[in-house]
Amino acid sequence: MQTKRMTFPGRWLPYALLAPQVVITLIFFIWPASQALYQSLLREDAFGLRTTFVGLENFVRLFGDPLYLNSMKVTLIFSLGTTLLSMSLALLLAVTVNRMIRSRSSYTTLLVWPYAIAPAIAGVLWWFIFNPSIGIVPYLLDMLGYRWNHRTSGGDAMLLVIIAAAWKQISYNVLFFLAGLQSIPQSLIEAAAIDGASPLKRFWTIVFPLLSPTTFFLLVVNVVYAMFDTFGVIHATTSGGPSQATNILVYKVYADGFVGLNLGSSAAQSVILMAIVIALTVVQFRFIERRVNY
Amino acid sequence: MASITLEGLKKSYDGKIQAVKGIDLEVADGEFIVLVGPSGCGKSTLLRMVAGLETISQGELRIGERRVNDLEPAERDIAMVFQNYALYPHMTVFDNLAYGLKNRGFKRHDIERRVADTARMLEIETFLTRKPRQLSGGQRQRVAMGRALVREPAAFLLDEPLSNLDAKLRVQMRVEIKQLQRRLKTTSLYVTHDQLEAMTLGDRLVVLNQGQIEQVGTPMEIYTRPATMFVATFIGSPAMNMLPVDYLKERGANGVLDNLPQGTDIVGVRPDDMRMQAPAQPHLVVESTLELLEAAGAESHLYVRLAGSEQPTVIRTSGQPPVAEGETLRFHVIRDALHPFNRDTGQRTDC
Ligand SMILES: Nc1ncnc2c1ncn2[C@@H]1O[C@H](COP(=O)(O)OP(=O)(O)OP(=O)(O)O)[C@@H](O)[C@H]1O
Ligand SMILES: [Mg+2]
Repeated sequence: MQTKRMTFPGRWLPYALLAPQVVITLIFFIWPASQALYQSLLREDAFGLRTTFVGLENFVRLFGDPLYLNSMKVTLIFSLGTTLLSMSLALLLAVTVNRMIRSRSSYTTLLVWPYAIAPAIAGVLWWFIFNPSIGIVPYLLDMLGYRWNHRTSGGDAMLLVIIAAAWKQISYNVLFFLAGLQSIPQSLIEAAAIDGASPLKRFWTIVFPLLSPTTFFLLVVNVVYAMFDTFGVIHATTSGGPSQATNILVYKVYADGFVGLNLGSSAAQSVILMAIVIALTVVQFRFIERRVNY
Repeated sequence: MASITLEGLKKSYDGKIQAVKGIDLEVADGEFIVLVGPSGCGKSTLLRMVAGLETISQGELRIGERRVNDLEPAERDIAMVFQNYALYPHMTVFDNLAYGLKNRGFKRHDIERRVADTARMLEIETFLTRKPRQLSGGQRQRVAMGRALVREPAAFLLDEPLSNLDAKLRVQMRVEIKQLQRRLKTTSLYVTHDQLEAMTLGDRLVVLNQGQIEQVGTPMEIYTRPATMFVATFIGSPAMNMLPVDYLKERGANGVLDNLPQGTDIVGVRPDDMRMQAPAQPHLVVESTLELLEAAGAESHLYVRLAGSEQPTVIRTSGQPPVAEGETLRFHVIRDALHPFNRDTGQRTDC
């Protein structure tokens, strides 16, 4: 590939042009990250008067802590649940929208709206809908004979946060799936129709495999979203409860650090999260480069 | 194998755009029909209606004895070769060929045997494990043909299957398609806008214009007796020259134009029928100025302007004539070389 090369007069101009970005990165990313890294090696006493260097002890403790291991399990269930729910619903919607030709553009605009809503607002919205005393869904479920209470039932709480988190991501996924669907040549589907494949079979044997680059990209994006971007949703709905049932890793960082004031452990947790993000990013770039199976 | 019958077939989009305006055509069992016409005349639409990819707005379509208007593409027992080949990019060549058979519930060893036979016939055996993107354009074209052949359908539908190939490969594939069709004797509908393909491939040609049939006939019939001015100028390259009768009479017609059929006001002359040597029979003499000489090796095209007229005219001669641009030339046309037409109806007047 040919790259365009610009030459600048003098040496300072390129640095000057880069400077704002570099400064922002330093102040908002590198500095806090290094602070967290440093903090994770320290322990503060109960009154915040003395800090001592403890090496990797914070990490060792974390992996021996049943609460932390539970949080990992919860995060796994939550992010898989959210990803599966939002992606499968989004795919369903995208396929439906792709069929409609005329009303497509207005419809997609409507679909995008949830994405523009802040996670906390989305959380509050669902908090209302599922509120055990005043919400509509518990009321309806009650008529069906199910007593919904996410304040006492861990399962209900998990379901609630998954629904709330997935809902917000659906529109984003729909847009990508729609773009993916539209890049599949119509003639392939026609050829499959002539080849005697039923609509469902056409979808699973032609459309779905050809969508795999999009699907994979969204998979990573959604997992990252569910693991790191759902603080607001959790905070507004369950606050990690009941009894740790929805206390995902990101939320635990906050709860332990700012509520529990255990800064060393909290910092160690955020370092682990950082490592996970880096790993996911590497996976994504590796696979995207190979363009998945075809 | 089957015949295909089209009766008053019409297609309109959104009730407004009339893409196909009533086509009647009887395709005999085993016949190779070429649909030819200018861009946008409805060739693809017609083919896709036969395939079942476009709904039929009006009229009846039968394949064999069956009315198939409302059948799904898969139930019509046809195979189609697309212009862009439409090979499944995520499947190997083998799977591309096998897909239709699998969907129809063929047994595993039947599939393997059929794919192997087809691959041998098309000489694509060595690519069976490759994906389409690992093939050249010509190889992809073969695979696309293979996918159509392997099912042994009642009819083949081909929509400009060679238009993505380079000139040399196109000639080669054209010959192969012709031989294949002779051997298999499968009823075929072939869409092209390439005249040479149309003339050489078809048992019969269907010339379409603006959603309607202009003429149906063997390639020779269409070339020697074009039924309309449109067909006359569309088939044959360079195109037939159209000379107004009044103009010719003014310049002295030697009685050649005396007994033209009723209503003739324009005559067509093929570029090869305007000769530089005077023949023995009675003939017209046309004077003109040579504007451009195009020497193409075995033949030359002379672009001339007729004396006292703005009419651009083309003449084809073999070899390279000893003439220079700007020179005044005389051409001779005998009576038998004239195709008489009526300008208003566009129809031939001597049939
Ligand atoms: N989906 C559609 N909606 C509206 N009009 C259409 C549609 N498809 C085709 N047409 C119109 O129908 C007419 C015939 O189109 P068609 O594709 O059959 O032409 P064609 O003869 O195959 O041309 P080409 O040689 O360029 O492929 C054209 O005028 C085209 O604009
Ligand atoms: Mg076409």
